[in-house]
Amino acid sequence: MQPPPFKTVDIPRSYQWNSLPKALLYAPLALVAIYCVVASYYTVSPESEAVVQRFGKFHTIAEPGLHFKIPFGVDTVTKVPIRRQLKLEFGFETSGATNPDQDSESPELERSMVTGDLNAAEVEWILQYSIVSPKEYLFSVRHPGPTLRDLTASSMSEVVGDRTVDEVLTIGRTEIEAEALKTLQQHLTNLNMGVRAEQIQLKNVHPPGPVQRSFDEVNRAQQEREQMINEANGEYNRVIPKARGLADQRISGAEGYAVQRVNEAEGDVVRFKEQLAQYEKAPAITKQRLYLETMNEVLPQLGGKVILDEKASQFLPLMNLSSPTPAPAVGR
Amino acid sequence: MKKFSLVLTITSLVLAIILFNAFTYTVDETEQVFVTEFGKPVGEPINADPNKNEAGLHFKKPFIQTINRIEKRILEWDGPSTEMPTRDKLYITVDNFARWRISDPKTYYEKIRDERTALSRLDDIIGSETRNVIASHDLIEVIRSEKDRTPQRDGTLTANSNIGLLPSIKDGRQKLNEQIFKAAKPKVKDWGIELLDVQFKRINYKPGVIDKIYGRMISERQQIADRFRSEGAGEAAKIIGRKERDLLSIQSEAYRKEQEIRGKADAQATGIYSSAYDSNPAAADFYQFTKTLETYRNTLRKDTTAIFTTDSDLFRLLKRIDAPKQ
Repeated sequence: MQPPPFKTVDIPRSYQWNSLPKALLYAPLALVAIYCVVASYYTVSPESEAVVQRFGKFHTIAEPGLHFKIPFGVDTVTKVPIRRQLKLEFGFETSGATNPDQDSESPELERSMVTGDLNAAEVEWILQYSIVSPKEYLFSVRHPGPTLRDLTASSMSEVVGDRTVDEVLTIGRTEIEAEALKTLQQHLTNLNMGVRAEQIQLKNVHPPGPVQRSFDEVNRAQQEREQMINEANGEYNRVIPKARGLADQRISGAEGYAVQRVNEAEGDVVRFKEQLAQYEKAPAITKQRLYLETMNEVLPQLGGKVILDEKASQFLPLMNLSSPTPAPAVGR
Repeated sequence: MKKFSLVLTITSLVLAIILFNAFTYTVDETEQVFVTEFGKPVGEPINADPNKNEAGLHFKKPFIQTINRIEKRILEWDGPSTEMPTRDKLYITVDNFARWRISDPKTYYEKIRDERTALSRLDDIIGSETRNVIASHDLIEVIRSEKDRTPQRDGTLTANSNIGLLPSIKDGRQKLNEQIFKAAKPKVKDWGIELLDVQFKRINYKPGVIDKIYGRMISERQQIADRFRSEGAGEAAKIIGRKERDLLSIQSEAYRKEQEIRGKADAQATGIYSSAYDSNPAAADFYQFTKTLETYRNTLRKDTTAIFTTDSDLFRLLKRIDAPKQ
């Protein structure tokens, strides 16, 4: 159905007058409506829990997920990352920390400590903690982060203050970690701040800069000692086994000699006895034969032979005996 | 009519909100509140008792009552690090901190009003008590805590020396903390402040003192290093000594055994010989004879000049065929 053409329509005055305020009226209402929608839900990420307060009073704890709340400041929601492992660094800082309390403003101050034997050491460590009770974390201590920092620094300085510098630097490290954690946990239980300290780990622990060299010196000296001992042992091992071998050799030689000596003696004796048996059958002629045989063998080998008449023995002093081979056959 | 009702609804809603705000106030879990009428405190503070949770919505008289909110949670006081002398005249920098809370909000509000004033009061009180306590104790009392702790010692490092021992203490750090705490606590109570604890955070040598400490540490380490070197030389000398001893004993032992064996063999041989040669006079005679001949055979050589006379057995024939035998 179409309206008849050219029909003038009287726009009522009231309508014209009302059109502007009406828009003014609905626009804020719409805004309020949008605000109501936006402000009446919130999401809690999986690593967090949210503490909901109604008129400031603790109302409930919201698990991860989508939740509704009353807007206009009636319900306030604070999210606390309770499933996240949090970390505080002491004496050093690594960049890119998401936890605002992780680093301190003055790591140099935190690092330097006095040990129980009144030496100094530089200690770097971390604390791993997590929030176990979001309610207590929010409501019991105003600045839980700095408070935790202070308590940890205090615990560590107390524990280090009861250790010698050698315990701090080397032998007592694990004990220090455990002891500092224990002390800290005690403080935390007293404060009831909803935080659980899980682990304290010592990172770099070293003597202060000017002293470092003398600590290295000790290590070097220790190495030198080992080296000296090793060298001496080497010398011992080079000489003694050889000497033992040589001694055995000499003894074996002597034993060989002994066997040889006895065998030879027995051989000689057997031979002698055989000869003797023959000799006893005809002593005179055997003797003569042996004598002549020997002479026959020996005399041709002699360099010089001088045969003197028994009465010409005074000739002897005149002979030139210094020459090994005198004029042959003087008396021949 | 419809338009009018809408305007009315909105107006009444706004009015309701304004009235609601005027007649009520909220108390957060983290705060305590007390009400004043023209600056004069009225009634008991709300949510001030730590054992009673009064957070939430509360009513008030509009316009004439003012709400004063004061922190309920535990607050921190982190003292400035201050140089102070110990009883043994060592200058150290001490940095301690304390936990406190506002226990009486009304008094606190009247006497202190804001937190900055409170912190500066705490600076004064705890600072001066710390000074007092530190000045009446030796340095070691501030550093150490456990009275009868025996330190682990690295035997190789600290043997036979006084390095690696802990100086003994009478009180220790915890007692000192306690003393400061006990002295400061009643003084701040008058301001509505409850002190919860005071702890040393950091204690360090004053920069001027630290060089001396370093000097001592260096000399201590030097001592250890020297001992290592000396030990090394000593051990080495011991080993070399043992080497000499073992060498000589091995060699002489060998010599002794050798001589023993040889001697025994010689003796045995001698026995064997003499038992054969001494069996009867003829044997002895024959031995002498054959041995003499053997000796001739062995000793008379090319370089020997033999002088015989014609009365020798061999050459007597040169003189006379029938020479008488001697």
